[in-house]
Amino acid sequence: MTSLIAQLITKKNETVINANLPPFLVNFLQAVTLPLVGILVFMLIWSAAANSIDTSLGKFPGPKAVSEQMVNLVQEHVESREKEQAFYQRQEKRNAARVAKDPDYVPKIRAYTGKETFIDQIGTSLITVMSGFILAAVIAIPLGIAVGLSKPLNTAINPIIQIFKPVSPLAWLPLVTMVVSALYVSDDPLVAKSFLNSMITVTLCCLWPMVINTSVGVASLNSDWVNVSRVLRLPALKHVQKIVLPASIPAIFTGMRLSLGIAWMVLIAAEMLAQNPGLGKFVWDEFQNGSSQSLSRIMTAVIVIGIIGFLLDRSMLQLQKWLSWDKSSEVR
Amino acid sequence: MSVLLDISKIDMVFPTPKGDFTALKEVDLKINKGEFISLIGHSGCGKSTVLNVVAGLYQASKGGVILNGKHVTEPGPERAVVFQNHSLLPWLTAYQNVELAVDQVFAKTKSAAEKKEWIEHNLKLVHMDHAMHKRPDEISGGMKQRVGIARALAMQPEILLMDEPFGALDALTRAHMQDSLMEIQEELNNTVIMITHDVDEAVLLSDRIVMMTNGPAATIGEILDVELERPRDRLALAQDTRYNHYRSEVLTFLYEKQRKVESIEVKDKSKKAEKQDKTSDVA
Repeated sequence: MTSLIAQLITKKNETVINANLPPFLVNFLQAVTLPLVGILVFMLIWSAAANSIDTSLGKFPGPKAVSEQMVNLVQEHVESREKEQAFYQRQEKRNAARVAKDPDYVPKIRAYTGKETFIDQIGTSLITVMSGFILAAVIAIPLGIAVGLSKPLNTAINPIIQIFKPVSPLAWLPLVTMVVSALYVSDDPLVAKSFLNSMITVTLCCLWPMVINTSVGVASLNSDWVNVSRVLRLPALKHVQKIVLPASIPAIFTGMRLSLGIAWMVLIAAEMLAQNPGLGKFVWDEFQNGSSQSLSRIMTAVIVIGIIGFLLDRSMLQLQKWLSWDKSSEVR
Repeated sequence: MSVLLDISKIDMVFPTPKGDFTALKEVDLKINKGEFISLIGHSGCGKSTVLNVVAGLYQASKGGVILNGKHVTEPGPERAVVFQNHSLLPWLTAYQNVELAVDQVFAKTKSAAEKKEWIEHNLKLVHMDHAMHKRPDEISGGMKQRVGIARALAMQPEILLMDEPFGALDALTRAHMQDSLMEIQEELNNTVIMITHDVDEAVLLSDRIVMMTNGPAATIGEILDVELERPRDRLALAQDTRYNHYRSEVLTFLYEKQRKVESIEVKDKSKKAEKQDKTSDVA
């Protein structure tokens, strides 16, 4: 192992695998083996470190505990679904029996109220983050274009953006909570208040990078393209639609990727505090629960949060590849 | 022949932090319909500024430009510009780039089918019909410039403004493009103002060569009428004494009468010499 690491450090860009294999195979092996080696090393360090940390809730969870917990959480989900089905079946049977006895009876259907499973929480978190993100994009992209096109508007708005940009989501949350409870009063709410709270917090935090990137993209528009538009006498709306928007697509996507990353991080924190069902609440509940399994369940959640964040970023990148004309822009 | 464009005593003053900078002083030129004019001069002498004023992208500080009896105050498709860096929109194909112009200029006067035909006709004219559905990053520099010319021609301009259209191309491609341009000119007989650095290009293509003095406060130094019959053939002209005479006229203007006094290298050397003097003083 040490010799391999030494090789990795000294050889930098050369191949580590030196067998007499065709080059594509060497490249492939390298692309697959090196990350595997990295993960393996990390696992070893992790389990060694975990073994030596004792908490009041038992040992810190190592890779083994986490993998067990992962299976556990999926099983719980399957069981819960079975329970739910059984519940509805029972209810149907009961209602059918009552209707048979008394034809005037209008059966009531009661919803299943079991605890949400880990996988349900993932779904809720994804819905919340996407709603918050899309709302932010709908506001930020037009605003960014306007700010990018108009210098006076930029000068007017820039200080506000710069001040709100570094604000932590945790500072926004109490305000959002109070405002939502004051304004969102309805007997039959379409969505839960807690959902709105975390969604709006996400929106507030990922608005700024999108506004900034879009406006920078628009402001640095190639002057030749602007001249083309002027010579053609394109009307303002057509100028934005035909020149400005496509030209700033790469910058807009950079902003969107940044924002989505922030949104996902903010969401977990917001869910913890807003008690909106989701991964954040899952972590918080497990922490409060304090059973011998809690830490390993939280650690599982941490890893799942990381993987989902990574997948969100990748899908944004894929979207950018499909939609953006600028194939040369460095996409990492 | 009738005067199509009158550049009437224009001054161009740019405000700078160090005070006003006069780029152009009393530039005065009348251009007839169907004439091919070259603007030649050292870099920084304000050739592009003249072109931008005619295009309407800049406003002259004094004087004005009159096209067909109308004062030019803003850019417009009747004064189509071929930019130095082609400035095609990279997210559109060659066809779509021309389409953008055609849709705008002939929005009401041409039907969809007529527009399509007109776009294809113009791309054919510049020999780009084989690659009209390619994007700018898929074609070579010369091809991009062809599409840029097609876009400008498709606007059916009264005057075509070309800002060093072939400046960024290699010598062989450039010669090819010049031949193409002469071919197109023969067919359409457009009025053209072209900026160039290239003496051969100017003599080969122009009816008149307008030579500009060095800035600041640049103006028109001399105007040379090129009375060579068309169609012109670059190989035959290479032996032609008149051609060589015109060529040497322009060269004389550029390198004797309007010689750039101090080049950057010379400045650097003199600075270094100064420094050495100072250090030796200290020693």
